[in-house]
Amino acid sequence: MKILRWWLGLLLLVPISVFALDAELLKGLAAEENDDKIAAIKKITESGDIAAVPALQALFDGTLYTSQGNLIIVSGDKAVDAGTAKPIAPTPTDLTSIDINNRVRRELSSGLAALKLAAPERSVRLASAKQLQADADEGALPVIERALAKEQDVEVKELLLLTKAQINLKSADPAVRLAAVNDLAGTSNPNVKTILAAMIDKKSDGSFNEPDGLVRLAAIEALKAIQGRLSRLELLSHAFNGLSLGSVLLLAALGLAITFGLMGIINMAHGELLMIGAYATYVVHTVFREHFPASFDWYLAAAVPFAFVVTAIVGMALERGVIRFLYGRPLETLLCTWGISLILIQMVRATFGAQNVEVSNPSWMSGGVSFSSGLTLPYNRIVIIFFAVVVVVLVWFLLNKTRLGLFVRAVTQNRTMADCVGVPTGRIDMWTFGLGSGIAGLGGVALSQLGNVGPELGQSYIVDSFMVVVLGGVGQLAGTIIAAIGLGEVNKYLEPYAGAVMAKILVLVFIILFIQKRPQGLFALKGRSAEAMA
Amino acid sequence: MSVNCIPMLYTAKGWSMLGLFALIMLVVLPTLNFAVEPDHPLYVSGYIINLLGKIMCYMMVALAMDLIWGYTGILSLGHGVFFSLGGYGMGMYLMRMIGREGQYQSDLPDFMVFLDWKAYPWYWSFTDHFWYAMLLVVLVPGLLGFIFGYFAFRSRIKGVYFSIITQALTFAFMLLFFRNNTGFGGNNGFTDFKWILGFRITDPSTKAALFVITGVTLILALLTCRYIVKSKLGRVLTAIRDAESRVMFSGYDPLPYKLFVWTFSAVLCGIAGALYVPQVGIINPSEMSPANSIEIAIWTAVGGRGTLVGALIGAALVNLGKSWFTVALPEYWLYVLGFLFIAVTLFMPNGVVGLLKRKEKSSALESPSDDSQKTETGTAKLVQESAS
Repeated sequence: MKILRWWLGLLLLVPISVFALDAELLKGLAAEENDDKIAAIKKITESGDIAAVPALQALFDGTLYTSQGNLIIVSGDKAVDAGTAKPIAPTPTDLTSIDINNRVRRELSSGLAALKLAAPERSVRLASAKQLQADADEGALPVIERALAKEQDVEVKELLLLTKAQINLKSADPAVRLAAVNDLAGTSNPNVKTILAAMIDKKSDGSFNEPDGLVRLAAIEALKAIQGRLSRLELLSHAFNGLSLGSVLLLAALGLAITFGLMGIINMAHGELLMIGAYATYVVHTVFREHFPASFDWYLAAAVPFAFVVTAIVGMALERGVIRFLYGRPLETLLCTWGISLILIQMVRATFGAQNVEVSNPSWMSGGVSFSSGLTLPYNRIVIIFFAVVVVVLVWFLLNKTRLGLFVRAVTQNRTMADCVGVPTGRIDMWTFGLGSGIAGLGGVALSQLGNVGPELGQSYIVDSFMVVVLGGVGQLAGTIIAAIGLGEVNKYLEPYAGAVMAKILVLVFIILFIQKRPQGLFALKGRSAEAMA
Repeated sequence: MSVNCIPMLYTAKGWSMLGLFALIMLVVLPTLNFAVEPDHPLYVSGYIINLLGKIMCYMMVALAMDLIWGYTGILSLGHGVFFSLGGYGMGMYLMRMIGREGQYQSDLPDFMVFLDWKAYPWYWSFTDHFWYAMLLVVLVPGLLGFIFGYFAFRSRIKGVYFSIITQALTFAFMLLFFRNNTGFGGNNGFTDFKWILGFRITDPSTKAALFVITGVTLILALLTCRYIVKSKLGRVLTAIRDAESRVMFSGYDPLPYKLFVWTFSAVLCGIAGALYVPQVGIINPSEMSPANSIEIAIWTAVGGRGTLVGALIGAALVNLGKSWFTVALPEYWLYVLGFLFIAVTLFMPNGVVGLLKRKEKSSALESPSDDSQKTETGTAKLVQESAS
């Protein structure tokens, strides 16, 4: 009912062609006898006049009154003429309420539904169709038939068809039931499954719920068809979720693929760079909300470069200040960067508080593409998948098509020779590390759009990121991409069978086993890090 | 990595230091805790005993870490798991000993009643026998270490790769133990222990006894570790650390050596965990968090790797500092710990022991011992031996 009233409110806002409403018809609603009221409701319904909805709804809610032969809708301290929707001020004092019984109420609700099914707005029709499906009864059949004949929208049409079939299933005529079952076989609604399953179940006395054998057979077939369609849909949604998780992993691990993979630096503070990127997004988000609320929807456009620059600067400071003294001592680098990560966590905690902060999505990222069968793909996840693609392309371009990329590859392959031909290896180290860190910052922007941002955000991603890079093969961008997407998919496909935590454990065990077989990852490499680690 | 303190323990001074340590830990402190009135200035409170007992467990873990990292050059980020597994082994026994004294007065531990379990899962069988629980304490970490080590070392995973994989293992175990369905109490773990071997676990005398037992075990562990690193096996380990390929070319297969010291180290951690749990009164999966395992590495590094004594000193220093900071300035502890990580790796690669030795050397220049030479010759000697 709540939905109905809400839509009603919307309806009141749209200008309604007031003159189309037949005042005489409406008057019938105030008739003495309930039978006359019902007749009036029927006539109004048949007229298909959407302008009568407020009056019918008011009658249903008990807010329709008569005053000197006029019908008046009273809501709170405001009064409106039911026929013309014009406000009446002051509210008349001689209001008489109109009483209705359950019979009238039933007639009213189906009449309302029918009227709304003819509404020009798709959303009103959809809401009404949903309402009808929730309490489907035989009385609504003619209404549905009429609406079906006119309906163009796929979703509303499917809902109506479903409702019709559901009503027909209760029919006494086996032929009608059979037709209904066959209609249902074409849908892929999970609710239908329970209805059909109930039909082929036995009652407590051993007889089937559905007495006709032919209908039962059809129900079994229909159930199979729906089952198959649903499981295919499920696979599809797993694939999407896996791709989404994979793109998140990829964004988290791509920076590491550069700092660890290309440079051979074990950066345990990588997770904290993600966290700083997320907090940078939070800062931009807050600034936009406070100072530029008008362009709040576009704060991400500022957050992406800001997060990149902030984390890149932090990364370069780390490289120049600490890490470069530890080149060639990977285990010490590991411990040292772990220490740095602790300090970064505590600093963020001291600045922003230990509590999680919330970064809200811009409005164009909330919601999602939904399909009639209940499958919804959230916009923020879709955006992140595309964002990951863009970042990967940019990184590939930077490493393979620019001078900086050339130098990075040169230093990776042969540091001494690069130094000899005049590549400023020290500065290249700094830029490369800054690039890796900046990409971690971009990953942080993505993470901030998916969940809460807290000081421990990075800790939960560090193990995963390293797993992705190690699995993909150190120093291989392609390997990192494949490993990230693969891990995401495997994780999501395992989840329904093993549960989220067990799936994660299984994946970790799988990686540990895989590394035994191929210590160099999916793609082996040659280069500085390979020599350092072999 | 060149500091080598083992000879120190062989000198009269080393032995007397060890004797002094044993005297203080096993006689003086318990006496001061027991025989002295609480308001006497020399009285040692139960809190201090408890804290020191806990730290001695950590020292044992640091010893295990030194054996594998300081001497063999394998940085494990998974020692927290072995420690916790030992702790859980002891915890299972202690949970069985609660009997019907729990919140729900059931034969099952509270968390199982809470999950509506009707009987103990199979892996809890016999854990009400102390000897069997102790067997688990040794066997479970040992077996896990052996299997994991066998596969890792066989495929010659080393360096950072090994560290990262052990961290993944730690992470997986933490997730596993956080699940309620695993049967180890989920994120609450085991707590509310009542009895151990028929003694009330909260009794001061029980606590003092546990303290003494921990002290004795620690000294035994130290002597065993020293025996290992002084033996020929220990020298092979050092050689593997310094130049694994050369060891292989000399005809040694590193696998059994690494596997032995890795498994031994895991078992030592398990024992330390088993002693830790009754003193602290709780074990939960947060002990398995990757951060804890990395902290173990820093204890060893602070004291000085490859010295055994250094590991003990480091574990004691860091943990005393931790308990002081977390009470006095809780928000600064992470800064201190972080800077400790950075400072140790950048400025004191040989830890506190290295600093002490340097001081000693500068004050007595005539001392002929030069550590870096010693390890070098260690490897050289080994090569000669295998050649002959």
